[in-house]
Amino acid sequence: MTSSSPVPGALRTEVARDGETIVFVAADRLLEAMTWLKETPGQEFEYLVDVTAVEFRDRERPLEVVYFLRSLKRRADIRIKVELPATAELAVDSVWGLWRGADWLEREVFDMFGITFRGHPDLRRILMWETYAEGYPLRKSFPLRGRFSRAEQVRQALNINPEANYSLEELSIAEAAGDLPDDMRDRLRRGERGVIPEPPPPTAA
Amino acid sequence: MSKRTVELELATPGVDAEGRPARVPLTASGEPSLAEEHMLVNIGPQHPATHGVLRLVVELDGETVVRCIPHLGYLHSGFEKLGEYRHYNQIIPLTDRTDYLSPMSNNVGFALAAEKLMGIEITPRCTVLRVIACEMSRIISHMVWLGTTSIDLGAFTPFLWAFQERERIYDLQEMWTGARLTTSLTRVGGLMADIPDGFVEKLRHFTQTFPKTLAEIDRVLTRNAVWAGRTQGVGTLTAAEAINYSLSGPMLRASGVAYDVRKDKPYLGYETYDFDVIVGEHGDVFDRYLLRLEECHQSNRILQQAVDRLPDGPINVDDPRVILPSKTRAMSDMEAMIFHFKQVMEGVKAPVGEAYVGIENPKGELGTYLVSDGTAKPVRWRIRPPSFINLSALPRMAEGHLLSDLIAINASVDIVMGEVDR
Amino acid sequence: MKHVAETKEISGQSPNYLVAKFQDLVNWAVNSSRANSLWPMPFGTACCAIEFMATAASRFDFARFGMERQAFSPRQADVLICAGRLPFKLAPVIRRIYDQMPQPKWVISMGACASTGGVFDNYAMVQGIDTIVPVDVYVPGCPPRPEGLLYGILLLHKKIKGESLFDAVKRREEQPLDDKGLRLPPETIDEISEPFGNSVHQFRSS
Repeated sequence: MTSSSPVPGALRTEVARDGETIVFVAADRLLEAMTWLKETPGQEFEYLVDVTAVEFRDRERPLEVVYFLRSLKRRADIRIKVELPATAELAVDSVWGLWRGADWLEREVFDMFGITFRGHPDLRRILMWETYAEGYPLRKSFPLRGRFSRAEQVRQALNINPEANYSLEELSIAEAAGDLPDDMRDRLRRGERGVIPEPPPPTAA
Repeated sequence: MSKRTVELELATPGVDAEGRPARVPLTASGEPSLAEEHMLVNIGPQHPATHGVLRLVVELDGETVVRCIPHLGYLHSGFEKLGEYRHYNQIIPLTDRTDYLSPMSNNVGFALAAEKLMGIEITPRCTVLRVIACEMSRIISHMVWLGTTSIDLGAFTPFLWAFQERERIYDLQEMWTGARLTTSLTRVGGLMADIPDGFVEKLRHFTQTFPKTLAEIDRVLTRNAVWAGRTQGVGTLTAAEAINYSLSGPMLRASGVAYDVRKDKPYLGYETYDFDVIVGEHGDVFDRYLLRLEECHQSNRILQQAVDRLPDGPINVDDPRVILPSKTRAMSDMEAMIFHFKQVMEGVKAPVGEAYVGIENPKGELGTYLVSDGTAKPVRWRIRPPSFINLSALPRMAEGHLLSDLIAINASVDIVMGEVDR
Repeated sequence: MKHVAETKEISGQSPNYLVAKFQDLVNWAVNSSRANSLWPMPFGTACCAIEFMATAASRFDFARFGMERQAFSPRQADVLICAGRLPFKLAPVIRRIYDQMPQPKWVISMGACASTGGVFDNYAMVQGIDTIVPVDVYVPGCPPRPEGLLYGILLLHKKIKGESLFDAVKRREEQPLDDKGLRLPPETIDEISEPFGNSVHQFRSS
């Protein structure tokens, strides 16, 4: 299906009820499209407003991952959507490398919908605890009150280990290791303490 | 400096055979070496200075923050899931509870998005009243911020002054909506109630005396050596970084980016009001403080203009499919009763489609994204949370600073955990 | 047939008049001191925490009740005021903080969310902190007005003044979690967490 939109990988264009242009992009060309939108002169969408996902009540419809982009310079907005059929693997490429703001936003989409973002450096649950066993809350197949009984939910909640023991006297980094992000744990294992990993320089506006 | 290899049994959990935590000595001699060790300190989730239930895991080299990892979710209340099970007007009370420091602002943001989705134009009086609500919310939010930040940095008295001003706005909110904090002011197509008699005079009196309190706070804090010493140069973010981290509101403007939703994508007629957008230079905590203080002055200015131009007329749009007919008409007229019944039992149905409206919340750009499938309950209610996104820049801002600076930086982000965690 | 009646001590109060009066005096002294200088541990999570702060501020001012010294460390606190909603992720935190408080300790559940889960009858919210910690006073409201919180505090004062050091029934005792890690049996938790009122009907998505 061809589209009149200049965005690479565009499948079709729609207009939302608030007047904004929505461009549907193929999932495998998302990163290409996003890079084009950010870096092409004349597009320059240097500001990521939001990343979220939508699942419809009609189970035949695919899930949509929605990106809200804004160009502060040109005062323009655009909405990019990627459709993911619910029957296939729910995964898209991460735009963390382009906009650092996508960091926690993508983690939240993962937490709530179970959509994996390939290339995200630290994709863990962010709102629920990491060993949360009931599923992905914002899916339509997830009931409002959760899957387990209230007593079971209380019991599971009381058995989360909320903290590791960080006292200097014990030096029990082994206990804290369970709570640390993977790269930090690897750094500690290699003995590189005090070495702050160089954050990739943010691209200029 | 001796190099130490950390031997960790990471395949197993850190417990021994009896289930007790395993202690792993990290030095060859088994003795902890204070000079070289980094400490892992846990701040929160219950802590007076984290402004809510935020947990910061901080790796410290002495007093210097090497790395800071925020853990969220301790106030996750399932708002967005609940929204899918509620009619549009039933979601309005939920919006109070996300950013509970500026509840009217949230109410307005959601109502604007629902009205955009349904294609409803609100009346002129409702427009001006909503501007008044938003600016009152901005003042009370900044007053909480000011009060709690000064407590964090050691100054207790501005907290009491700020909260006294808040009480005056709370009186106005209570006069108008009946509630001090959980106002539920707006409805789709209008407001819950018109302002009562005496509201305008009381609001005018507030706008006349509020600058004096701001001047007092300014006199006590701005040129204070301790305050300036603890906030200048601390937690700096460049404009490019602020844009890349998707910051918004005072955080973005303090770093020098002149973006204010009220000026750049105006709503509620903000383009007709005369006010300045404050932009900072250095992007540090001191700039954010000055910016928010000055924003209170500008909000005061807008309130004075809004109160002067308040037009007469109805507050609700004249559409019985959206607004409940009055009780007398519902009891006497058959058609009105049917409309009343349908709205209460089935809710107001929105057309198929989606809408996003972003407003300038005191914390940043609060966006509401509503997707509808033609029923009375949204398919998806997404809150674009300014505090959540602003907080993601905290690790970047805190690296290399002292632990006490971390507290100042955390305070300057102006988070409200209800919105961060939703 | 000889019938031996079993006498059970129903009250720790001594039958001796002088000792009983002495016990009353001690109870009065201890309970008044405890009630009139309750140091609150503000476990503030959400909107109720803002009303708690307003109660602490100059207009309502609970310093008049001896509560000005807020103990942010549970080791130095008397009353845990849970102000705000409690999600499941925060449940082990409040239990640990409650366990860290030394006896005598009381709990005020401030607001509808802390008492019953409030408007949040969903997967994420604990339906009342009494499933996790024992509660002495429930203050309803969403959020309760500062006057409401003060009334709850005064009710707690009344409760404290009715306690007795000498009576096993009225003494404060530690109530640890059972071996399954719960405070109440699972059936009780399910029963008190059941939806009620409008919540019974509001679980259909469309």
